[in-house]
Amino acid sequence: MDASYDLLLNAILSGLLLGGFYAAVSIGVAISFGMLDIVNIAHPAFILLGSYAAFIGNTYFGLDPILAAVIALPFFYALGMAVYQVYYVAFERRDERSLSSAPRNDQSLRGLSFFFGLLFITEVGLVMIFGVDYRLVQASYIGEKYSLGPIQLPYRLLVPFIVSMVTVVGLQLFLSKTFVGRAIQAVAQDQLALRLMAANPVRIKRIAFGLSIATAALGGAILIIIQSVEPSVGREYIGRVFAICVLGGLGSFSGMVIAAMTLGVVETLTSTLFGPSWAPAVSFGVLLITLAVRPSGILGR
Amino acid sequence: MASSVASSAKFVLALIVAACAIFGVGRAIGNSYAFFLGYVVVQYIVLGTAWNILGGYTGYVNFGVTAFFAIGAYSTVALYKLIPAMPLPFMIVIGGAFAALVGLGTGYLTLRLRGVFFSIATLALAVVVQTLITNWDFVGGARGAYVLRPKLAPLMGGEYVQYLFVLMLGLCVIVLATARAIERSSLGYGFAAIRDDEAAAEAAGVPTLKLKLIATTLSGGFMGMAGAPLPYYVTYLDPTSGFNLNYAVNAIAMPLIGGTSSWVGPVLGAVLVGGLQEVLRVTISSAANVLVAGVLMVVFVIAAPRGIVGLFEGKRK
Repeated sequence: MDASYDLLLNAILSGLLLGGFYAAVSIGVAISFGMLDIVNIAHPAFILLGSYAAFIGNTYFGLDPILAAVIALPFFYALGMAVYQVYYVAFERRDERSLSSAPRNDQSLRGLSFFFGLLFITEVGLVMIFGVDYRLVQASYIGEKYSLGPIQLPYRLLVPFIVSMVTVVGLQLFLSKTFVGRAIQAVAQDQLALRLMAANPVRIKRIAFGLSIATAALGGAILIIIQSVEPSVGREYIGRVFAICVLGGLGSFSGMVIAAMTLGVVETLTSTLFGPSWAPAVSFGVLLITLAVRPSGILGR
Repeated sequence: MASSVASSAKFVLALIVAACAIFGVGRAIGNSYAFFLGYVVVQYIVLGTAWNILGGYTGYVNFGVTAFFAIGAYSTVALYKLIPAMPLPFMIVIGGAFAALVGLGTGYLTLRLRGVFFSIATLALAVVVQTLITNWDFVGGARGAYVLRPKLAPLMGGEYVQYLFVLMLGLCVIVLATARAIERSSLGYGFAAIRDDEAAAEAAGVPTLKLKLIATTLSGGFMGMAGAPLPYYVTYLDPTSGFNLNYAVNAIAMPLIGGTSSWVGPVLGAVLVGGLQEVLRVTISSAANVLVAGVLMVVFVIAAPRGIVGLFEGKRK
């Protein structure tokens, strides 16, 4: 009986750590979907790009994967700004020009298809460059464990957890304390008011989307620390990421962290009790139940 | 009304004549490669048109094409294991019915909300159906399942792939006729109203939820039917190939490239992209042929939002 309690306790703890990692993967979508109203379903593909950036830095230059991700941050930021610029010119500006105020369904259809195309192109591009083999990174803390009585916490999960929490807290401070940060929070709600504050909504959104993609560099690096990665792994994260953002209430970081940890624990318990092959189904269940029962999320307004 | 029925009847007749002509040409060539290639293109016409009934007409994006397609395919695998002697047309109908039910269920749970939530739910649906199939040992689980393809086609003689091709052509006639009939009926006008301004449509008394559910059910059902003959075509089906993202990308890219406003678009898109992919697969590599649909889709949604049909129609709007 003791053994199974230990098993359960360890499962819950590692679920919480896993949830912390999910928060880092989801925070970019919390910004793009939650605050900018841009449904970037290609976000997991950018996460994978981050994983491969960390893989290159680690394998060819001997860097720590997280350090490699930090070096990659500016590039991802620039990539995000570029993607937003294309999105703006092709979709948002067209929307502004049309007379009807409500976004037409077929406009959002094209925006979604655009990101779906990006997702697919990135995945196939990665397959063409790196093949479908699973890739790993090396670091001193991978494989080690922190033991405290019956509790065993692998550093492989602990380090990503810490990186993730630092990212979330840092972004939260940036969004609530700086002018640009507050403008990002305001941009989806009232563009006119933002213009009156002498901030260009397009520039603010470009910065925000750049930040959202920059988080993917970190998210990708800690993904490849946690598990070995191949190009189609990203797809499993689409459901997770959006389940977490919807469950957390769009745009709320604290709700997102709670949702991420909830999902982490439920998934870990599912793998422990029913086997790991069932875990991907959990996020979909959570997503469907949330959409059907409480679409505003647990901390929704 | 009577004239529209007559026009539909003429249209169906024209489709049947075209289908017979295509099959006749195939027989004249007598090369089984032509049938294997033709099957794929016609399958994409069916998939693309099915996707377009929801995506193009109402503006709701279904990313879970692989889920519906694979439900059809795996229902055939299950039926093959249970009742090996069952004729394939019955399997197609049953597979379509399962997929239609899943479409109805997903739509019922998510279509009350903004369209993006439906899209996200369908993305996740593809992952969950794959998880279920991978864990379902009866249909082969992760190892995959073999289906013995009979050597000869029933009733008509010749290779079995010809029979598959004829079935897919027949399905194509049904789907295209349905799509065109929808466009010209009050159902189609309701769909277009939802696409253009859902709130206004609702306010004007259009039963939006009901119409959206009809669209998801039809669309999902046809996708399932398109997938049902797949096990006989590939003879070995495992979750990785059955849930290949290519199906989803092609089914979405083809209508967007051809044009989403009418039934012509998906046909044009499927023939052009499907043909181009085959050329690339033979001449360059299979990776390039996969990439082309994704790249073309992105280029078209940015540069030509109304597709090839839109380019020819000029700037009417």
